[in-house]
Amino acid sequence: MQKYMRWSAILVVLMLVIAACQADPGTGGTDGASTPAGESAGTGGGDFECEDEVGCVTYGPGEPIRIGSALVISGPDASLGLDSQYGVQVAIELRGDVAGHEIELDAQDDGCNAEGGTAAARTLTSDPTIVAVIGTSCSSAGVPAAQITSDAGVVMISPSNTAPSLTSEEEHQPFYLRTAHNDTVQGEAMARFVCEELGFTTAATIHDGSPYAEQLQAVFQEQFAELCDGTITGTEAVEPTQTDFNPVLTSLAAGEPEFLYYPIFTAAGALVTQQAREIMPETALAGADGMFSDAFLEAAGDAANGMYLSGPDLEFSGDFYENEFKPAYSEVSGEDAPISVFHAHAFDAANMIFDAIEEVAEVEDDGTIHIGRQALRDALFATSGFEGITGSLTCTETGDCADPSISVSEVVEGAFSRIWP
Amino acid sequence: MRLPERFTLTDAILWTIRIGVLTFVVIGSYLTVSQGLYAQSAWGSFITAGIALGSVYALIALGYTLVYGILFMINFAHGEVFMAGAFTAFFAATALNDIGMLESNLFVSIPAILLTAMVTSLIVAVLLERIAYRPLRRAPRLVPLITAIGASLFLQYTFRGLYGARPRSYPTLEILAGDFVILGMSIPRTRAIVIVAAVLLMVALFWLVERTRTGRSMRAVSEDKDVAAMMGINVDRVIVQTFAIGGVLAGAAGILYTLMFNQVSAHMGFLPGIKAFTAAVLGGIGNIAGAALGGLMLGILEAVGPYLLLAGFGVPSPTQLKDVIAFAVLVLVLVFRPNGILGRQEGT
Amino acid sequence: MVASALRRAVTIGLVAGAAALYVGLVGLVEAFQPRNIVTGYLGLGTVMLGIIAFVAGYRAGAPMRVGRGAVAPLGAGPILAASLLAGAIAGAMLGALVVVMDAVNLQVMLVSASAGLKDALMFTDDAISSALVLVGLSAAIAVVAAALHLLPERIRRPITWSLVTVLLISMLEPIVRVMLVQLDAQWSFLPFGELANFLYLRGGLTLTATIVLLVLVPIVIVGWANRDRLRQRRERREPRDDELIEDIADTTTRPRERRRLTTSQMIWWGLFGLFLVTAPFILGVRLSEVIGTVGLFVLLGLGLNIVVGYAGLLDLGYVAFFAVGSYVTAVLTSPASPAFAPELSFWAALPFVMVAAALIGLMVGFPVLRLRGDYLAIVTLGLGEIARILFLSDWLAPWVGGAQGILRIPPPEPIGRDPQQLYYPIVLFCILAAIAAWSLANSRVGRAWNAMREDEEVAEATGINTTKYKLLAFATGAAFGCIGGAFFAVKIGSVFPHSFDIEVSINALAIVILGGIGSIPGVILGAAVLVGLPELLREFAEYRLLIYGALLVAMMILRPEGLIPNRQRQAELRESEDDDDQYASDAGAETGEPVITTGAAG
Repeated sequence: MQKYMRWSAILVVLMLVIAACQADPGTGGTDGASTPAGESAGTGGGDFECEDEVGCVTYGPGEPIRIGSALVISGPDASLGLDSQYGVQVAIELRGDVAGHEIELDAQDDGCNAEGGTAAARTLTSDPTIVAVIGTSCSSAGVPAAQITSDAGVVMISPSNTAPSLTSEEEHQPFYLRTAHNDTVQGEAMARFVCEELGFTTAATIHDGSPYAEQLQAVFQEQFAELCDGTITGTEAVEPTQTDFNPVLTSLAAGEPEFLYYPIFTAAGALVTQQAREIMPETALAGADGMFSDAFLEAAGDAANGMYLSGPDLEFSGDFYENEFKPAYSEVSGEDAPISVFHAHAFDAANMIFDAIEEVAEVEDDGTIHIGRQALRDALFATSGFEGITGSLTCTETGDCADPSISVSEVVEGAFSRIWP
Repeated sequence: MRLPERFTLTDAILWTIRIGVLTFVVIGSYLTVSQGLYAQSAWGSFITAGIALGSVYALIALGYTLVYGILFMINFAHGEVFMAGAFTAFFAATALNDIGMLESNLFVSIPAILLTAMVTSLIVAVLLERIAYRPLRRAPRLVPLITAIGASLFLQYTFRGLYGARPRSYPTLEILAGDFVILGMSIPRTRAIVIVAAVLLMVALFWLVERTRTGRSMRAVSEDKDVAAMMGINVDRVIVQTFAIGGVLAGAAGILYTLMFNQVSAHMGFLPGIKAFTAAVLGGIGNIAGAALGGLMLGILEAVGPYLLLAGFGVPSPTQLKDVIAFAVLVLVLVFRPNGILGRQEGT
Repeated sequence: MVASALRRAVTIGLVAGAAALYVGLVGLVEAFQPRNIVTGYLGLGTVMLGIIAFVAGYRAGAPMRVGRGAVAPLGAGPILAASLLAGAIAGAMLGALVVVMDAVNLQVMLVSASAGLKDALMFTDDAISSALVLVGLSAAIAVVAAALHLLPERIRRPITWSLVTVLLISMLEPIVRVMLVQLDAQWSFLPFGELANFLYLRGGLTLTATIVLLVLVPIVIVGWANRDRLRQRRERREPRDDELIEDIADTTTRPRERRRLTTSQMIWWGLFGLFLVTAPFILGVRLSEVIGTVGLFVLLGLGLNIVVGYAGLLDLGYVAFFAVGSYVTAVLTSPASPAFAPELSFWAALPFVMVAAALIGLMVGFPVLRLRGDYLAIVTLGLGEIARILFLSDWLAPWVGGAQGILRIPPPEPIGRDPQQLYYPIVLFCILAAIAAWSLANSRVGRAWNAMREDEEVAEATGINTTKYKLLAFATGAAFGCIGGAFFAVKIGSVFPHSFDIEVSINALAIVILGGIGSIPGVILGAAVLVGLPELLREFAEYRLLIYGALLVAMMILRPEGLIPNRQRQAELRESEDDDDQYASDAGAETGEPVITTGAAG
């Protein structure tokens, strides 16, 4: 026993020493960008030499192209992320093969918080066969995830991060893009709509403590004051899990606002809508793309009628959305209608990636493909006039790709109808 | 409370807290009222909303208190019992609505929905006791608490898996829209119904515990299990009955809750569960009247507190701090009365 | 006897059937089916159902309990009959589901009764014949499982182990494959890449690899057992297996009682140290990241262990300390923090974190000094919520960022944010914390806490200043929690209030309890199991908390003293179990006898 233990101990020591000596140079240093430059994916071979600055991903014949997703698929915000995930799955389904290869999705959870985003991003970037990532759902997860994926040289497109900081000059990470609308764009559009179209001069706002809602209503307040000298009669904050909004609304009603803006999410949004109709029947109600979904209409019922919601113009793609996308979505998800709104942005993000892959992939005779990570990134940032279901997408230098034309819809008899611009 | 013989440092600190809180409350209220931020009708609305929510908290809190009184354990998963009833009854309600019975035969449909909720909650509560808690009767007290936390997560995600992740909305009833006018004050019908129903249920529970054989056995078991067993009481059965009663009350609370807010989801039980737990402790856990009082207090505090105390100081978004007020009051109450408002105080 | 065995088999069959229906309807089967176990042949969903049938059959064939403590094995006939019955009943229940699903659309209510579930359960096109196939399959698996009882130990063991190994290697594919690929990149002369391709295909094992493993593992195990037997013959004695285990346990849990380490022990400890030093480079970025996260929770667990385990104060708001540590670090180091941004380095900020920790510990400690038991639990829970809401609130947003959080927290110089390097300070602080906790427990303070936990009145009577020791417990616990928070802030690089909800407190408490209350190795193991595993199996995200909840319940029922019990505490637990009145009277004493009353008491 003793002897055996001693020998195995010595053996392990040796292996550890070798490991330590060998491993250090490759992985050391904060410059993580060099590590994943693996031509390590699969068997692919041949005489190909990767000239990409960051590295190449190679898929041998018959191997699927692997993309990752980091969306919130657990916890109370799960419907937000699952919806986007279904959007990606629909894109894969409808697309078929890309550059002669199937697409495989590695779905991770961003937990809608910073630590979840970190973990998901590390998981995906540590797998050298992942060529691109769709995520994250929440901006708080997006901040660390953008940093990690960019350090690793893996391009990431978010379908629903809206925080301005992610694409601001100072904070933008080189491999980060998004198809969701920047809060500054959407908040301003709503303020413009209220000023120009409705002609109101007083408004109140509610946010739910999420970076998204807080930022949107802040931008709205600012622009509302600037554009038409509007007055904010009150601001309130609620919890996303709250159900009783009577006191909040009563308190806001005391300021007699003409317009109430609450850019929050479906569950709480529906309750606010119902309770606001009783407490402030005269006030016009409005929300943003977090509620721009059939699930919201169903949850809010008749109370939603006459409400204004800003969001992407889904009629942009003509009949495609209704006739092809939605049936495929039901097929993939088992739900009869989309459960949130960002599936459309996720669908576009996935297709942008597929297009870019087809553009930069170097195909060998046997079907092996090589995708340069930097080249893929550059191709995505060069996206211009991409016809998606959320509009015509053109990416800026800091990664904002959403169609800047935000539309406002009114709910008429339980359906969205575009009224502005 | 140990009575001090001389004025110690602790007393000094306690007195400072008393005076500080009092000053804060007086100045805050004065500033709010003097600025005339809210009209009288607004205050009325705050208070009725608070009472309505508080009575739901009270019903859930009764489940905590009953179980605590008998087993000395916190059934952390009780909020999920409440959710199970409300979530399941949603399907009964939509089914009734689809065949057009909901609105036309109110006296059939409402009891049917209520019964579905109560029976589901009862089954979940009893299963919970049988599977998760019974094997732990003699375990140290942290063990059942952790089990209950585990059961709470398990139930949330089970129902989420069974019924789906997205929140569902009950069909609305035309007849419940609008206000009642009582003594010149208008109160939304749903709130009035919730308050009345909650009071009726609490009276029924009172009667059950005080007057019936079951209630007597329950009280005997809570005094001393071993003596009760020697007197020929089937302790296991009494414990199951207690869970069942708590479950039925939670099921009813679930329906009242959805009457007001009409939305159900798998995670809807967690927060009301914690609030009800707080209410039970506030009132003095193990004490039925205490649970009712604690629930009402908590509901009113949440609805009125932020506006009365904070708005005057110009705090932005005062509602956000409603739970801060609620928990701060809990801490203060327990600092001065360590066993809750109606709990039996040591040494007094 | 046979009749009672059959009766038992019916019960087992019904329970197994209910379990199978549960995993099906809750969506587990459908969700896990795409996860390949043997690619192209077996999905995880099917395997789960198979395991249920297997366990049912095994249990149905187990020896019967006769009288007190005695068991009687069943004969071959009853074993097969009982397992057949149990398996068939479970299969029939599942089959009934298939038939019902075929006839009615259950999805209106049960969203998981979907086409995907049907696909996983239908082996033929027709519902009735699929149901019959399910009955047959389930019964067959159950009989095979029960047949294990008929085999001698030395055959049974290799078979079960080979099955378990295949399952494990397949389940751990995301980790093992990435590790192999990384190793391949570093040591291209060794065939790691080839090994990865041999083992795995599209997330599961290849058929060849499965067969090779199924054959190889029993051979290795049999070889190992023979080696054992040879050695035992040489030493001329026959120690039983559990004796050996105890031997190992002794050396790991009681290092102090054995002053002199043997050479081989010294080598193993040295190895362990060397492994700790080289781990990040052997394990790669991904696992280093996971170890970092586990390390943070070890810090939290050790801190909470002092409050709950040593001093006996139940704290459900431990997240408050974690949040304060994070936010103090963020405000002091980040250039992006609003209002106040001295931009200190992480190391310069650390002393301030400690000061903040002591203050917050006293602030939480003071109001709860006079509270006991469950009152303490709810108040601390409330204080934790207060902390989160304040950090989130618009009111304090001008100072701590509110909903937008604080970004751009610099990594600790000169280490950087790379998880392979951040690993070192985290592990170092974990070791320091463990040593600190250990020496505290064995000091005067620790003994005072012990006395206080066991009986506060008596402790006070013997001259222990309970106020002082309670506050000390909270302050120490707060210090550990705050350091955890500080590392959390630099690890993520940004703080948001949403990271500090009650789930963190519950996690930390569960770690302490699962590992074994009052036990330092227990905390480490608890963190590894409860934080590490879910972190590694994140693709199971939707069901992570479901499994986690079930695990907590099962653990508490089967092994309440925790995975690695603290010996002293274990003794206490046994004591209280012997004394029947202990629990009830304990609770009564702590809460002033709160019996059910309807009126105001006292």
